[in-house]
Amino acid sequence: MAVYIHSSNCISPLGFTTKDNFQALLSGRSAIEKIFINDAIGTIYAGTINNQLFDAHFQSIDTHFNGSQIEKLLIAALYSVIKEHPVKPDSVLIFSTTKGNISALAANQLNDAFIPKTIHNINTYFGFKTEPVVISNACVSGVMALSIAKRLIESGAFSNAFVVAADELTPFVISGFQSFQAMSNEVCKPYDKNRNGINLGEAAAAVYVSDTFSANAITIAGEANINDANHISGPSRTGEGLVLSIEKALKEAQKTTTDIDYISAHGTATLYNDEMEAIAFNRMQLQNVPLNSLKAYYGHTLGASGLLESIVAIESLKTNTLVPSLGFKEQGTSQSINIITKQEQKLLKTILKTASGFGGSNSAIVLTKNK
Amino acid sequence: MYSVSKYIHIENGIIFENGKQIVDSNTTDFSEFIKQVYRNFEHIYPKFYKMDDLCKLAYIASELVLKDETEKDIALLFSNNEGSLDTDNKHQQSIQNSNAYFPSPAVFVYTLPNIAIGEVSIRHQLKSESAFFIASEYQTDYMHKYTEHLLRTNKAKKVLCGWVHCLNGAYKACFYLVETNGILEHNNQNIKQITK
Repeated sequence: MAVYIHSSNCISPLGFTTKDNFQALLSGRSAIEKIFINDAIGTIYAGTINNQLFDAHFQSIDTHFNGSQIEKLLIAALYSVIKEHPVKPDSVLIFSTTKGNISALAANQLNDAFIPKTIHNINTYFGFKTEPVVISNACVSGVMALSIAKRLIESGAFSNAFVVAADELTPFVISGFQSFQAMSNEVCKPYDKNRNGINLGEAAAAVYVSDTFSANAITIAGEANINDANHISGPSRTGEGLVLSIEKALKEAQKTTTDIDYISAHGTATLYNDEMEAIAFNRMQLQNVPLNSLKAYYGHTLGASGLLESIVAIESLKTNTLVPSLGFKEQGTSQSINIITKQEQKLLKTILKTASGFGGSNSAIVLTKNK
Repeated sequence: MYSVSKYIHIENGIIFENGKQIVDSNTTDFSEFIKQVYRNFEHIYPKFYKMDDLCKLAYIASELVLKDETEKDIALLFSNNEGSLDTDNKHQQSIQNSNAYFPSPAVFVYTLPNIAIGEVSIRHQLKSESAFFIASEYQTDYMHKYTEHLLRTNKAKKVLCGWVHCLNGAYKACFYLVETNGILEHNNQNIKQITK
């Protein structure tokens, strides 16, 4: 049985539709700017959704809803997708997030910080009849959620799924990454010689996935999520988990490395992550395939990133357009990889999306188009 | 048809293995209890002391299931209701006050529930499929189907499923291993019983 990705939507600082987001990337816009957070954290470079613009957008969807900000992001992301594909009795809502409504903790509202509470509200809002599925697996959550959607549909548990992913920019997460000394003090530079850490961001993204063929849909041809079993906060030096994930995803898709036309990689712009990816792609003989990271456009949107970046990759696939890897100037990994530096038209048929994260997690997914 | 080959239940200082009580600690206090259990293992693993409570509980539950296991292609599917809120609270306390602001990377790293999967993967060298699910209660129906799908499609040889709950001193772990041969049929009724 094949499983297909149909329509999508993205809520990010760069736009409130998939189309607007893709256009923003093609015009080279970055969401990353200098922003003041609070006295303890100070000023950082990050991507943040403009509240006024988002509130105006949300008013066009619902003028009465007064839930949490993350619930509004989820509703906004799902709204247009559900409008196009109404919820059926056996539809399932799959939520990818790392922290959900974590800002409730700062307000001493422990009960509101439980992720099931947030997603049950959304499940009810849109009238889902099944229990939602929540994936919280660090930075690979978004790609993993797509993979799990495919498997649950293949297993017969559901015939269709709405996958939604979101994380907010919060002092909770910023303070943690600062304590790790993982934050860049400028717009991040994935894979570049002068890269010095990540930017954080925030976004929500949604897709509709089903077992129904459509010529415009994208096929999830293969996927895998293999752990490094090496370190809880650092990537494997050998890229073992990522290599195994790519190998298994390709095998399931019945593709070889020469079939891959483009890679949407993780590229957080930390020294270790980007180096690990370069090693893994070389081990897989993928070093000549055009590759980008979107982190200098959006920052790292954590649980949203894998889905947001998959949606952008699908737009690339559909329009045969390679998006430049913003922030990259000079090869900065010990083994070379083919970073996209200028926008280009190229016939794309089969693409690879990867992600890696804390806990030694890795995910890879092979996407193909049907026409 | 798949089977449950081993199952573990940990709660209130008591451990059951395949329904039989194997540990009755003289304390229900989590940190005392979990240290006692750890010290009774032959396997010495100093990293254990660095872990947060959620990881310690996942470590002990997995250790009890996997101690004599030789298979390495074991998928890990852990779940709970609170994610990493137990440690999230600790991190939040360290940043709540700008006058007493001391976030620590050693705490922050545990503000992701899938770190528990990472710890168990490292301990048992499982370069395998995994996922952390969050739900208000154990989701028998889709976990059953998802587990069997992983086995049927050869994405894993065995699957270790676990409910691992740790929040504000309360704790509970229900872990079970699914494979071709075992002692209980892998069906919704048995899973409900095991994760009760």
